[in-house]
Amino acid sequence: MADREFDVVVVGAGPAGLTASCRAAECGRQVAVLDDNPLPGGQIWRGASKEAAAWMRRAERLGVEWMTGARVFDSPEPQKLAVETFEGDWRIAYRSLILATGARERFLPFPGWTLPNVMGAGGLQALAKCALPVAGKRVVIAGSGPLLLAVARYMKTHGADVRLIAEQASQAAVMRFALSCPPGKLMQAISLRAGLFGIAYRTGCWPVSAQGKHRLESVTLRTADGRTWTEACDYLACGFGLVPNLELAALLGCRISRSGVDVDEFQETSAAGVFAAGEATGIGGLELSLVEGEIAGYAAGGNAERAKALFSARASHRRFAKALEKAFALRAELRDLPRPDTFLCRCEDVTFERVGACSNWREAKLHTRCGMGPCQGRICGGAAEFLLGWSAESVRPPVLPARVGSMSR
Amino acid sequence: MPDSVKLTVNGATVEVPAGAMVATAVAVAGVSAYRRSVSGEPRGPLCGMGICFECRVTIDGRAHCRSCQVVCRPGMEVRTDG
Repeated sequence: MADREFDVVVVGAGPAGLTASCRAAECGRQVAVLDDNPLPGGQIWRGASKEAAAWMRRAERLGVEWMTGARVFDSPEPQKLAVETFEGDWRIAYRSLILATGARERFLPFPGWTLPNVMGAGGLQALAKCALPVAGKRVVIAGSGPLLLAVARYMKTHGADVRLIAEQASQAAVMRFALSCPPGKLMQAISLRAGLFGIAYRTGCWPVSAQGKHRLESVTLRTADGRTWTEACDYLACGFGLVPNLELAALLGCRISRSGVDVDEFQETSAAGVFAAGEATGIGGLELSLVEGEIAGYAAGGNAERAKALFSARASHRRFAKALEKAFALRAELRDLPRPDTFLCRCEDVTFERVGACSNWREAKLHTRCGMGPCQGRICGGAAEFLLGWSAESVRPPVLPARVGSMSR
Repeated sequence: MPDSVKLTVNGATVEVPAGAMVATAVAVAGVSAYRRSVSGEPRGPLCGMGICFECRVTIDGRAHCRSCQVVCRPGMEVRTDG
């Protein structure tokens, strides 16, 4: 028995999920949105964002139902999801499902990366948006991708002392990317850069170790020409690009390729009636997520014509996504970051040496417990993919830790 | 809605802006080790968005809550394991 039934269920209340839910509801469908976070908006629109508020008002007018703080941990039978909140657990039935599960940051292990106050770039920003005080804190921002610039600007406007942005990609790659941007994107980049006046942006530069007794005290950086130095700081905000959240898609049997969930022109996955939109189908940024969400929403709502009208907009945003991926590809030197005794799996404290002695992900799980802790490989999986060329082979429920009582229903 | 929320972290009262996450309150309380890892290392938030489970704390007696995903409520009792 399902507790609730909907025509369309959307998992994820970020940009793709918000546009998908509105478009499906406009087609007359009864729609519910489930999201793990306490508030809608996803990560990019976390906190008080005007864009998210506008889409949420529209969704509410259309009668879309929200379930926030809701973890989807299983699909116990076809067209049904098992969901847990702080208060209890539910079974939600759907005719069509739209996966807008977004992305997480890719973290790479280096000595000291487990120290408190070494965080993701998006991670530090997420907490700062939820009132973490950063004024006067010395922050080093490192890793790769345009997110580093956005985080730097956010930190600076909130009073942080941003010491440096260390971008691992080469200057040539970043310049080529900037020149290939459509005018709108280029203007965004230029205004971001202007907002960063006074902050050093070093390309071909990456962290090699973090130091501190009980928490982070300094970070050592290296440049492609071999220079190494140490910066004292209170926070290291470090993310090496994004990786899509694919666990639920994998559980539902959707075909997955190297970049994300495979979808057809209507954003439908290989599993009939299951659509995917946004970063889950491959990292492409905000605009692509919005339009993919709209297409999925119209398609799940049964309005193919409206969906088709958006195909050309999607194509141009996809070209941008390809340029992004190429420009910020991770350099081979980053594979040398972990030392033998550096933890690769932070949940189970498994060293790189022990994991590297195994021949694949499954063997590493069985022999070392790598990827078997509470995050279930969400952190070390992205690292192992880059460092060792491994990918996760299968997903089993629960895809997120759940209470025994929730699973035994 | 009031502008701020009072709660306790390891018995000490802290005040944070309304809408702040428990992870924020723990940092405001001056605690950087939210928990100990299986080999005893101090750990704090990494991903800030509910993925990594590094920021787990005990909230009102319930263990293993991701502090980055729980909004502070008045009178909450938060305990870290660091």
